Amino acid sequence: MESRRFSRPLIPPPVQQTLGFWLMRIISLVTVLPIVAVILYIIVRGLPAIHWEFLVGYPREGMRAGGILPAIVGTFYLTLGTAVVAVPLGVSAGVYMAEYAPDNRWTRLIRIAIINLAGIPSVVYGLFGLGLFVLFLGFGTSILASSLTLGIMTLPVIISTTEEALRAVPYSFRVVSISLGATRWETIWRIVLPQSLPGILTGVILGLERAAGETAPILFTGVAFFLPRLPTSPLDATMALPYHIFVISTQVPGMPVQIQYGTVLVLLAFVLTMNLIATLIRQRARARRQW
Amino acid sequence: MQPAQDVKIRIEHLQVRYSDGYESLRDVSLDIPANQVNVLFGPAGGGKSTLLRVLNRLNDLSDVAAMSGRVIFNGQNILDPNIDVVELRRKIGIVFSRPVPLPLTIYQNVSYPLEIAGERRKSRLDEAVERALRQAVLWDEVYDRLHDPATAISGGQQQRLCLARTLVLEPEVIMLDEPTSALDPVSTAKIEALLQELSERYTIVLVPHNVQQAARMADFAAFFLQGELIEAAPGKELFVNPKDKRTQDYVTGRFG
Repeated sequence: MESRRFSRPLIPPPVQQTLGFWLMRIISLVTVLPIVAVILYIIVRGLPAIHWEFLVGYPREGMRAGGILPAIVGTFYLTLGTAVVAVPLGVSAGVYMAEYAPDNRWTRLIRIAIINLAGIPSVVYGLFGLGLFVLFLGFGTSILASSLTLGIMTLPVIISTTEEALRAVPYSFRVVSISLGATRWETIWRIVLPQSLPGILTGVILGLERAAGETAPILFTGVAFFLPRLPTSPLDATMALPYHIFVISTQVPGMPVQIQYGTVLVLLAFVLTMNLIATLIRQRARARRQW
Repeated sequence: MQPAQDVKIRIEHLQVRYSDGYESLRDVSLDIPANQVNVLFGPAGGGKSTLLRVLNRLNDLSDVAAMSGRVIFNGQNILDPNIDVVELRRKIGIVFSRPVPLPLTIYQNVSYPLEIAGERRKSRLDEAVERALRQAVLWDEVYDRLHDPATAISGGQQQRLCLARTLVLEPEVIMLDEPTSALDPVSTAKIEALLQELSERYTIVLVPHNVQQAARMADFAAFFLQGELIEAAPGKELFVNPKDKRTQDYVTGRFG
């Protein structure tokens, strides 16, 4: 036994290490490939459709020609509405969970609820929004109803990223601040929140980004099949990019492929820009962080 | 022996138990004299840090299960749940063993407690920040980079910054929990000299990080062992002429 334990391995350790590293490199590359492929493919196919008229024009000829302005503006409004609903609520809830909530059965229940909220299929949110906001509260199919639905869907992401961002701030800062005569709230407001703001913003943007690309929650709550004008109030229905893509890909016969890819490219650009902003914020914060 | 001195803080039968059942302080009674360096020393786990955290109610943050006795400061019982803890913490400041600069600039670290206290006037803040930094003998080293991040200075400087931050409120008592344990000997000497100087105007409560420092610094010393106050005496009495065998064993290095 003894001699066996110390016998030389079949492959020398340095070689094992090199092999291991290469294996991991290849696997990492495999995860990156599909993303790059999708983006490149969409750009190549969609770019020819992108021109001024396409971005600022209204759909014509049963959406087979013209532009997609109402869908772009609609998605913008919906994202904004989602932010208005989800950011104040989500950040407050995150602050409460991280800074105030005692560890007891009640807060554990809340935490479980938040986790489960994140796991609910988006179509269920859509039906919930239809039942509560559209019908029961009488908002009708509207930007308001859709924003509320998307907002509720986005809440868990914002709550948990806020909570995490706050918990990442060293506890010693809180003790020091309180020892200097600050209250808990002053400590949170002046020390903890500024330090965790980049993390919170990243979570907010990633959550909104998901909301911007969702179809199911807005399907029953606020989106119109074809509405060639811009919404003028939160109670108006609207067009939106994800649903528009669904419509022109499956519901309209004789649809020019170029317009389909062009629309997808616009949505992708919208979402990726948000992602890029989140990345930039994170990097700048990391460079400036003192702990 | 000196004549009876002013008592700054009177501790009567203080008992502290944490929620895990651990008894951190057992029936401690102690008068802390004013305007001198008062040393609380003893091996780890003796309850010294707990005592400091009781004195400015920082243990409100930790899971203390039961506390009894009285701690009288300026005629008030500190343990009274109805006292103004913010006011108390402004009068009894604390410096921790590791320098923890807040994630702000050097200037803001010192002005922070004043701003929290409601001071908005720039001239007042400037003045107070300079005074506190001078008192902590840090001004000459940082006056030209007050708006740099506080982490840009060395550990020893950071600890003096933390002291300046406490001084800016002009407290009555300054407590220091092993303030030099993370510092090199030169920085340690600076802090010690500084404390001696400050003790003319402030009541210093120092938990030293070893017996040598305790002996060097003490105008008054109290020896803690496993949550009990074994003995207390003015001057270097405890180090020269301890009455209790356990104190003697500890100061002569037989344990600890």
